[in-house]
Amino acid sequence: MSENKFKLSSSPHIRDKVTSGNIMLMVAIALLPASAFGVWNFGMPAFIMLVTTTVTAVLTEYIYEKLMHKKITVNDFSAAVTGLLLGLNMPATAPWWMGALGSVFAILIVKQLFGGLGQNFMNPALGARCFLLISFTGQMTRFVYDGTTGATPLAVLKDGGVVDSMDMLIGTIPGTIGETSVIAIIAGAIFLILMGIIDLRIPGTYIVTFVIFIGIFGQFTKANVGLFDPQYITAHLCGGGLMLGAWFMATDYVTSPITKKGQYVFGALLGILTGLFRLFGGSAEGVSYAIIIGNLLVPLIERVTLPKPFGKGGEK
Amino acid sequence: MSGCTERVYNGLVKENPTFVLMLGMCPTLAVTTSAINGAGMGLSTTVVLVLSNMLISMLRKIIPDSLRIPAFIVVVASFVTIVQFLLQGFVPTLYDALGLYIPLIVVNCIILGRAESYASKNGVLLSIFDGVGMGLGFTVGLTAIGIVRELIGAGKIFGYQLLPLADEAAGKGGYVPVTIFILAPGAFLVLAGLTALQNKVKNNAKKKGKKVVETASCGEGCASCTNSACGGKVFPTGNEE
Repeated sequence: MSENKFKLSSSPHIRDKVTSGNIMLMVAIALLPASAFGVWNFGMPAFIMLVTTTVTAVLTEYIYEKLMHKKITVNDFSAAVTGLLLGLNMPATAPWWMGALGSVFAILIVKQLFGGLGQNFMNPALGARCFLLISFTGQMTRFVYDGTTGATPLAVLKDGGVVDSMDMLIGTIPGTIGETSVIAIIAGAIFLILMGIIDLRIPGTYIVTFVIFIGIFGQFTKANVGLFDPQYITAHLCGGGLMLGAWFMATDYVTSPITKKGQYVFGALLGILTGLFRLFGGSAEGVSYAIIIGNLLVPLIERVTLPKPFGKGGEK
Repeated sequence: MSGCTERVYNGLVKENPTFVLMLGMCPTLAVTTSAINGAGMGLSTTVVLVLSNMLISMLRKIIPDSLRIPAFIVVVASFVTIVQFLLQGFVPTLYDALGLYIPLIVVNCIILGRAESYASKNGVLLSIFDGVGMGLGFTVGLTAIGIVRELIGAGKIFGYQLLPLADEAAGKGGYVPVTIFILAPGAFLVLAGLTALQNKVKNNAKKKGKKVVETASCGEGCASCTNSACGGKVFPTGNEE
């Protein structure tokens, strides 16, 4: 028996081919249907916005890392995905510089100043969206569709109006570039699930909790809505950024819990917060604030849901 | 440098209460929505600080050690009340803008910190100049934060419209204010940015071989100092032995 056949090394012993770059590329591919639909729906301004945010995000990351003499990490696509997600969260009518400013804020302040990929405490794209939403409330909440400035279906719902759920499913409604089409988003999400990038725990719990919350409490806010009113719930599910947020933002690896139990808690928390903001808050939409508040609570959630190592703390 | 100018330099630059000691954060973050508010808050604090330092230094032999904190508070509160009435009488607009934060000067940790660590251990003249230095340092810090926030958040400096605003209804291009900077998050962003900037400037000066005096009396940095007698150390920084 020859002894030199044994190779000694420390763990990990099994390596996978999956890298951050691969995962981010998959996410970018999964966002393509929603992006393509957005460009078809809103025309050239949407395309310019998406290109601006993506390019600015990548450039910001490159320039910052170059100036700070750090390893250049632009080819892991994470900055591109952040930029694209931010673009999908912008109204097509917003001026291009607003998207560029948002991308710089997302990459420079939310991501790089906290240590780069894996260290950011909240989703960079959502952080930047909320930054822009607070700064330029007028431009960020004015949606022009087919040449007319109209309320989003969620705002109509909030004022007690009636909306067409079929239009909302397909996406031919006013809204931000990427959030309107539920079908396009779901197509991307199915791709991610099949590739094993995301699983159903966070988005599933998020959506189920949200449906239960809206179903129970919707009747208290509107006179024409009953307990578990199917039309009202469908409209809330298809409207606004819920789908984009649940499938693409809440599932961000960096800012969601790593423990399984924690992921259920996180999803339920997001569902309740979104429901609260939408039904009882001042504005019609609440997904972005719900997710960034959830992001901030992730360290706490992970601390309480940490599984016990085998053999520790058994029953007495 | 004589003792008095050294005190002023110490408060303005070396131990600037806003950017180095990070004291008095509550008014720093809350009232610096405009340069005028920042300067007004800073100057009010300076007046209280100078007077309270002076009186506490005079009374330092009389105040018993075990009762010093209540005694300091009474002194500080008296001066704050005077300043509050003066502001209310003579500059009511500033009084309205600062609002609750004027009575809160009583519990400003710069004032109590200087009383505790400097005025109660040093002579009257030095204590007055310590108050002047610290107060001016605070004023400069608040005004700087106020200028940046007002400029980015509203396009103004000291109430003067420096950058013409865009008017979409009239189709006029111009500056679109980033409103978040005059709201709470902007205070944190600007404070962090300016602190980083002044650290960078100091580090650069150090690299160029220019000797930056850390503290005059003991020759070591305030951050690593455990001797509270020098008046530098107020917060534990985690750098102690």
